[in-house]
Amino acid sequence: MKKIRFPIFINSLLLILIASFGINSSAQEPVRIAFMDPLSGAFAAIGTSGLKQLQFAADYFYNSKGGILDGRMIEIVPLDNKQSPTETQIQFRRAVSEELRIIFQGNSSAVANTLNQTINRYNRRNPGQEVLQINYSAVDPILTEENCSFWHFRFDAHAAMKLNVLTDYIAKQESIKSMYIIGQDYSFGQAVSDISISLLAEKRPDIEIVGNEFHPIGQVKDFTPYVTKIVSSGADAVITGNFGADMVSLAKSIIDSGLDIPIYTFYAAYDGITATLGADGKNKIHLIHNETSNPIPTERRKDYMRAYKAANPNRDVTQPRLVNALQMIVQAMEQTQSTDPYDIALALEDMRFMTLSDEEIWMRGDDHQIFQSLHLSVQTDEEIEFDADNSGFGLFSFFHVPAEETIVETSCQMKRPRR
Amino acid sequence: MLEVFIFATLNGLVTGLLLFMLASGLTLIFSMMGVLNFAHASFYMLGAYFAYSISLYFGFWMGLIFAPLIVGVLGAVVERYGLRRVHQSGHVAELVFTFGLAFLIEEAVQFFWGPDTKNYQSPDILDFPLFTLFGQEFSAYRGFMIGISLSIFVALYHVLTKSRIGIIIQAAITHPNTVANLGHNVPLIFMGVFGVGTALAGLAGVIAGPVLTTFPGMSIVLGSIVFVIVVIGGLGSLAGAFIASLLIGLLQSYAIASDVGMPELLNLLGVEFERSHPLNDLWTLTLPQIAPILPFLLLVLVLIFRPTGLLGKREE
Repeated sequence: MKKIRFPIFINSLLLILIASFGINSSAQEPVRIAFMDPLSGAFAAIGTSGLKQLQFAADYFYNSKGGILDGRMIEIVPLDNKQSPTETQIQFRRAVSEELRIIFQGNSSAVANTLNQTINRYNRRNPGQEVLQINYSAVDPILTEENCSFWHFRFDAHAAMKLNVLTDYIAKQESIKSMYIIGQDYSFGQAVSDISISLLAEKRPDIEIVGNEFHPIGQVKDFTPYVTKIVSSGADAVITGNFGADMVSLAKSIIDSGLDIPIYTFYAAYDGITATLGADGKNKIHLIHNETSNPIPTERRKDYMRAYKAANPNRDVTQPRLVNALQMIVQAMEQTQSTDPYDIALALEDMRFMTLSDEEIWMRGDDHQIFQSLHLSVQTDEEIEFDADNSGFGLFSFFHVPAEETIVETSCQMKRPRR
Repeated sequence: MLEVFIFATLNGLVTGLLLFMLASGLTLIFSMMGVLNFAHASFYMLGAYFAYSISLYFGFWMGLIFAPLIVGVLGAVVERYGLRRVHQSGHVAELVFTFGLAFLIEEAVQFFWGPDTKNYQSPDILDFPLFTLFGQEFSAYRGFMIGISLSIFVALYHVLTKSRIGIIIQAAITHPNTVANLGHNVPLIFMGVFGVGTALAGLAGVIAGPVLTTFPGMSIVLGSIVFVIVVIGGLGSLAGAFIASLLIGLLQSYAIASDVGMPELLNLLGVEFERSHPLNDLWTLTLPQIAPILPFLLLVLVLIFRPTGLLGKREE
């Protein structure tokens, strides 16, 4: 047998080629980010809507402009947790095995709490391979209070902050003399109830709490019996933290009963809700949220919303905080030239970031809670430039509280890992 | 208090009658074919979605007529080309088949209509309060729902007990072989019953869609409760299903309307607990809070004390 020998220089050329190829391919390797939310089942609407928004933001801001960190693309990997804590654990294991080390999650505080604990345990046992939780929507205060963690960042105002603003507004409404609180029977629903009652007692002790009701989450077929109680209680307004189908059914039943009172909510818009309530919900459905929907303060954000609408004619930018979260994380990566969760976490702490709305938002280092202005909006078809569900109706923001005034103290005593 | 009671009764009636439309089909199918149709509530959802799509182009009333028909035909096809084949492999295969079908329909609905809540509205002509009592409105549409469900019950009862086809169906339930020997086409009867049963579920979806909102989870919310009704009423008993439906509808409605719970009970007994007590959640439990799980409690009780159900005759 004849042995083929390459001349030395060809050999070394090959080696260089292979080596440079290797470097090249590692430079092109995408930055992979997991998006873990319900993508099937009863709550799929919110999850898929969030996924589309995150994917679009990644493409719009980075992938179409040559990527981040010198040419790496962002890849969003969807993980369907069906909004169940058990499924979340399974999906987390999958994320770990696929080396996904940044996880976006937002729906259900119960799930966020589970994920928080799971990640803390995993990170403790696997130093050097930590995972980062990017919470864009789960607003149970506990996540930045007792259970705060170095590996968890929240990009939405938590329930106590939102309710603080909401009760400030309610306190100014002389016509409201009694309040009915109804919510889903789990950590977030109960937090909304407890905080509302204590804040109202402080700001407007004359407002009577005429009802404080909990119902099982996702189990109620018909809300009419609950609404009957609201009507007979003579309440002047309703506060609810309901989301998804529980929110639509509740609002529909209240409107159907002929009750003409304001409903103060966290999540009663978009993903079919605005279209379903339509004219019946006009001037009744109120939302407390960050980032105004109408009017939009800057052309930059308007351009972004138009581009999203052009790409997804049947969808809306329902959660601008997803964009803020992604942009801040990318800024942290660029600053540190690293995709390691530990480096990103350190860079995010006390980061001040200019959003598309030309507003400086602040990620507090003590508890990893974002601070930005909060707005109270109402469902209407007047002065709506960006409507929801193509229904002509949208949210008009009419009560604004600047970021400084939303700052609340925290009881968080964060344990910081050492490296 | 009286107004709460009256409205709780009306609400209970609406829910109960709606549940009956689902349960009647399910109990007939079960007693006849021995198939526990897990996909029954999925046909209910299909009814709502078909009616929504039809109403976009031809209005609500066309949806009311054609959506149940489409669902019924679909049900008959499923029986003819799916269940009948699987039937030869025994009950477990049938069970798995309907179970899989439920998932398939849910995914198909999400695929074609998307996961969002659909803007399916009740017709404008029924968009007025039927009557106002103590400042509360009872919408005409809810009255219409009661009317439809009641007439379905009357018609179904009449057909099953008075007509010739009803007698054959009743005979086929207990003695399928004898009926076949008398020259009747038993498989055709089965297909017909399955079709009518699913059409009823579809009709329930059509009229419930605008009130209970049309979204991909609507079958799950109702699915489990329908089985509870069928078991409580007694498998195969139409009258039993009717009583159980109303019972559960009213039970839930009254439980929500009531304002009693552990705190009141403890007050009565003169016992008091600190809020920091480890079992605080238990001591603060109220009846409205657990209302939606009461039917399942009732199911357990019925299974313990009367395993055949309220009006069931079958003994294993």
